Amino acid sequence: MDRALFPDGVERCSFGKFALWMVFILAFFLFGLYAMLLIFAKGIVVTGLDNYFGFGLWITFDLAVIALGAGAFFTGLLKYILKIDQLKNIINLTVIVGFICYSGAMLVLTMDIGQPIRAWFGYWHPNVHSMLTEVIFCITCYCLVLVIEFVPLVLEQKQLNKIPFLHHLAHNMHVNMALFAGIGAFLSTFHQGSLGGMYGVLIGRPYALREGFFIWPWTFFLFVLSAVGCGPIFTVLVCTFMEKLTGRKLVDFKTKALMGKIAGTMLTVYIFFKILDTWAWANNYLPSTGMTFDQMFYGIIYGKWLMFTEIILCGVVPAIMLITPSIRNNPTMLYTAGILDCIGISLNRYLFTVQTIAIPLLPFDSWHTYAPNWAEWATSGMIVAYGFLVMSLSYRYLPVFPQERGMNR
Amino acid sequence: MHGHVEREFKITWGMVIDLDKCTGCGACMTACQVENNIAPMLDASNKLRTLSWLLVFEMSNKKAAPDAEIAYLPRPCMQCGNPACVPVCPVVATDKNEEGGIVSQIYPRCIGCRYCMAACPYHARYFNWEDPIFPKGMEKALSPNTSTRPRGVVEKCNFCHTRFVQAKDKARQTGGNPDALPDGAYMPACAEVCPTGAISFGDLKNPEHKVHELAKGKNAFRLLEKLELHPQVYYVSKREWVRKLGDNYAATGKPGAEKKHS
Repeated sequence: MDRALFPDGVERCSFGKFALWMVFILAFFLFGLYAMLLIFAKGIVVTGLDNYFGFGLWITFDLAVIALGAGAFFTGLLKYILKIDQLKNIINLTVIVGFICYSGAMLVLTMDIGQPIRAWFGYWHPNVHSMLTEVIFCITCYCLVLVIEFVPLVLEQKQLNKIPFLHHLAHNMHVNMALFAGIGAFLSTFHQGSLGGMYGVLIGRPYALREGFFIWPWTFFLFVLSAVGCGPIFTVLVCTFMEKLTGRKLVDFKTKALMGKIAGTMLTVYIFFKILDTWAWANNYLPSTGMTFDQMFYGIIYGKWLMFTEIILCGVVPAIMLITPSIRNNPTMLYTAGILDCIGISLNRYLFTVQTIAIPLLPFDSWHTYAPNWAEWATSGMIVAYGFLVMSLSYRYLPVFPQERGMNR
Repeated sequence: MHGHVEREFKITWGMVIDLDKCTGCGACMTACQVENNIAPMLDASNKLRTLSWLLVFEMSNKKAAPDAEIAYLPRPCMQCGNPACVPVCPVVATDKNEEGGIVSQIYPRCIGCRYCMAACPYHARYFNWEDPIFPKGMEKALSPNTSTRPRGVVEKCNFCHTRFVQAKDKARQTGGNPDALPDGAYMPACAEVCPTGAISFGDLKNPEHKVHELAKGKNAFRLLEKLELHPQVYYVSKREWVRKLGDNYAATGKPGAEKKHS
């Protein structure tokens, strides 16, 4: 019944099947929406956060999706500025993934702050010394850039594109897309770096603090590199997941492998500097505060295994897998490396967020633990469901994949 | 990158707490709650959700009897000279720019992002989880000088700042100098109420104030000095194990702490 809205020359499932799928996703979305409304009504007292763990799942989720969404700006930079033309096959998907990640993160932030109606204070009363101010500015500005990048794709929808004005508007936006890709890369570099800086400047938190050269430019670029080291491959994983779900070929493997190569190169550079950073932190900075490496960890929940999983299993291993052509060119190995890579960077964000504040610094204080409760999981799930909804609608009605028609003949 | 230059003040309000005198009675905590209009919680069983601007920690030397000893450590906001919380606030809801060196918290400005809480290693900052509800009749006992705070903002000890304002006003009215208050003219509720006199308060830079000398005593120390946040709250104890528990450096027995702790 909605066939007239499909992109030219592609097949989609029946409307009934699509509606069922949307209802399934909506159930998760509505459950999260209920939690969100409860949070707005009663405050974040309904979450598992407390005075020791002011940051928890939400901030981890935000930082992780912002890193995973980095495929948008980095692929845009490579496609429009460095003119790597092959990336045109996947660029639309990176934009949608980026848009979902950033708009989702902003939605989570409105729940996370205790006074949501004061969210605009970040612009009105900015503290120019705060990394968070920089993050607020850059994330919102970049989200607008992503909207601008997403709009022409929406306007290219078959029926909308028949309207001459919208057709020309979409065309002209495409013509100038290099400009927005440039702005996006500029903004993203700053806020990805500042997200690292947010933790790096915590002078009272030895797990995160880096001094002098190790905060600027070191930590700043560690976060930028880690984001671009996982963002592109995350887009590949999303694409592959969509292919499995729909049973259709969407992007050729050559492009996916190229994205893997890009992410792998960045991840390799990142993990090299991350290891140096960790070594310098453990051997120089920590002793200077009178703390030891062992004091940074506790039991299983905050054990050393987390750090080693992050750096070795989900850092060094996928980096080697992605930069080795023979491994990268094997689809199963590429996706395995991609999954490890994304877990590693998400784990990094978790450790910087939760482990940092879990460590009791007062020698007479004790370790406390944090576990997100249902309200935090439900609202985070709502953002994932929101992503599924946007992606499902985009896939069904928008010409996201330029290769799809040719590959499914 | 910290973007924050430590500011020097002519007057530096500070506290010196004698841990050998503290009995852990909790009167200071109660006085703090009353003075600052902190509403009683309906369910205060989760101690990580309470509002305790001043919190008394229990310390132990972890030895078996008969050598077992305990000490109590009241922990207000340290009003750090180099605060970790101030430069991180995205909306300038906390600042350290008033003569006297008290770290302010501007409740109507705070957006409740809790970045300052993540920054503070002393856990001196508290999030207001629920709207303050005072039991019937208790509203008559509220302090008229201290504003209550809405749900969703961060709050903390401010050395009973309204008392500072009142002390200056009084000095002006009586022909005194509000910028050179005599010792004892300005006293936070906790220091005033302490039954054993464990909490001394005054201008750390004024030789006429008792705390000036107390803070320089050989048994005086500050919490986590190695982090260089320069707290304006000092502790005193003749017991070495208590002094060592003030800083990880001392507690772990690593070199560098001898000068201060042994």
